[in-house]
Amino acid sequence: MTLTPSFRRDFIVAAAGLVLLLAVGLFIDHPWPRDFLTAVFAYGLLAMSLNLLIGYTGLISFGHAAFFAFGGYCFGLLLQSDAFIAGMGGAAIPVALVLAIAGTALYSLIIGAICVRLSEIYFAFLTLAFQMFLYSLIISWVDLTGGDQGLMGGIPRPVFLGIDLSDQIHRYVFCAALFVACLVFLRVVTESSFGYTLRMIRDNPQRAAFLGINVFRVKLICFVIAGSVAGVGGIILALFTSGAYPEWAFCAQSGEAIFMIMLGGLTVFVGPLVGAVALILLNDMVQLYTSHTELVTGIVILAVVLGLRKGMLDFVKEDIVEPYLERRRGADRAASTETRAVGDGAET
Amino acid sequence: MIEFDALATCFSSTACLVNQVSSGLIIGMLLFLVASGVTLIFGVLHVINFAHGSFYMLGAYFAYTVYAGTESFFLAAVAGAVGAGIAGIIFERLLMSRVYGQDILMQLLVCYAVILIVDDLVKIIWGAEYLAMGVPDEFRVPPWRVAGGFIPPFYLFLVAASVVIGIGTLILVTRTRFGRIVRAAAHNPAMVSALGIRVPLYFALLFGLGCALAGVAGALAAPVRSLTPGMGFGILVESFIVTVIGGMGSIPGAFVAAIILGLTRSFGSVGFPLFVDGAMFLMMALVLIFRPTGLLGRGVLK
Repeated sequence: MTLTPSFRRDFIVAAAGLVLLLAVGLFIDHPWPRDFLTAVFAYGLLAMSLNLLIGYTGLISFGHAAFFAFGGYCFGLLLQSDAFIAGMGGAAIPVALVLAIAGTALYSLIIGAICVRLSEIYFAFLTLAFQMFLYSLIISWVDLTGGDQGLMGGIPRPVFLGIDLSDQIHRYVFCAALFVACLVFLRVVTESSFGYTLRMIRDNPQRAAFLGINVFRVKLICFVIAGSVAGVGGIILALFTSGAYPEWAFCAQSGEAIFMIMLGGLTVFVGPLVGAVALILLNDMVQLYTSHTELVTGIVILAVVLGLRKGMLDFVKEDIVEPYLERRRGADRAASTETRAVGDGAET
Repeated sequence: MIEFDALATCFSSTACLVNQVSSGLIIGMLLFLVASGVTLIFGVLHVINFAHGSFYMLGAYFAYTVYAGTESFFLAAVAGAVGAGIAGIIFERLLMSRVYGQDILMQLLVCYAVILIVDDLVKIIWGAEYLAMGVPDEFRVPPWRVAGGFIPPFYLFLVAASVVIGIGTLILVTRTRFGRIVRAAAHNPAMVSALGIRVPLYFALLFGLGCALAGVAGALAAPVRSLTPGMGFGILVESFIVTVIGGMGSIPGAFVAAIILGLTRSFGSVGFPLFVDGAMFLMMALVLIFRPTGLLGRGVLK
């Protein structure tokens, strides 16, 4: 993949975003923004990776949170193993990180190889079945996972390269960096030729197959990428909560991720992230003002789904930005070339 | 994880077999009623009613209230069915009909919102604590002893009522004018409405019928289960497993799958209590992998 100017712009945006996140975390002397943003990193990665399946490839998965939980549990279990800590010493955290991601990738490869052959609703139900199977396994394998109590006793976080993840600030910076790295990775995937292959499979799988694309293989690669990134989200949450809980693998978690996507918008890259921020804020706010959280959340969902009929950023893009660009293009065509040159110059 | 000893002991004792089979059958029958509603609505309208469990819950609560007022279990069951049916028609007209033909995510979200709203409304009206209706007086007789096991008479009534309701539904859909119109409209709504038939009315009635099946299941379950907001979720998930295993759109398939699942649940509680759900999802996964149309499902549904 060559670095086209558009990717260069994305990297600059990502770097600026990371600086902004770090500034917010480091200079506001209160834990709330850090805690809030760390939750956004975790659930945001879950939602954005799911959107790689739903929005870009048209694979509607009801069981994506399985990979989220798998990543978190792998990471936590590795670090809770005394043998692993003793063997790895100072490298324990980075090695656990890599192994947890690799494990999640392998798990999504196996599940994906079985699931992506099926179409639409059967795919959705099969992913749901595997997710609930994992959930039952976590609940029933008490010796390993702690059952419905989750991983108890905290996750040890040995210092590596001078980074101490039991320190709030260090942990926040680490999670923010991990989050932005995943975002850049997802951006490169969606904007590369591979990303456009995914869109073609979504819009017309037969045509894609006629053009010589191995649809099964591309879908499977996409499934593995999405699963792995969701796993990173789970790792961030495991670091943050110093544990791992079976609810992460429950079907309601997948439902919440789907709602984040639909709320924020599926056609814009950062849509699911905006949805994650909005949903987490909504949950906090509703809990603050009323005890009828479910009633209010339900009404908000209905209002968005039946009122806007699309996500917030979809609405902004399709009903505000695109008509505006259309109008401006029309005006540009009428105006002289001179003004257009000035306009372009101002943009860059 | 699996206690083979406990299972073997149970299989070698007729008392345990009778007890587990009878409790498995009532679980299965309740599941069958709920799942036949899901499968009916999917088969005709091609939407998945993810909020189906809420109508099961409403049926149970309606029955509870009517039973408390009238002391008649028959009236309570009718109230559960009719109340859930009317609620279903309102839900279909106000919300669900707006997302027909749209992608499944829109349907999922609308239903999810309704699940949340109904759970909270139940909490507001009936309170958040567990309610128990108790077995009606008519059935408060000593259980029958069969081969050392006990079968409460209410269990037999429940199984018989479910079978009768299931057969009635099947006849309604396959043998009556109503059923023929609905099936024709599912196939070609434009042509049916050109014949002067109000298709949306029939769709709403069918949706209501599906919800009434869930409601009557809730009413029948009320004497033997405790009532709580959120009680619909578990049965919703299980009814999906039944629907998928039986074949989406097939009522006989739902019947077979519901009995398999009910027995898995009752014997599982002896042999692998923590892994009952896992076993059910494993069965669903296996069916989806090797026979996606389900055990008795015909044609390929998109």
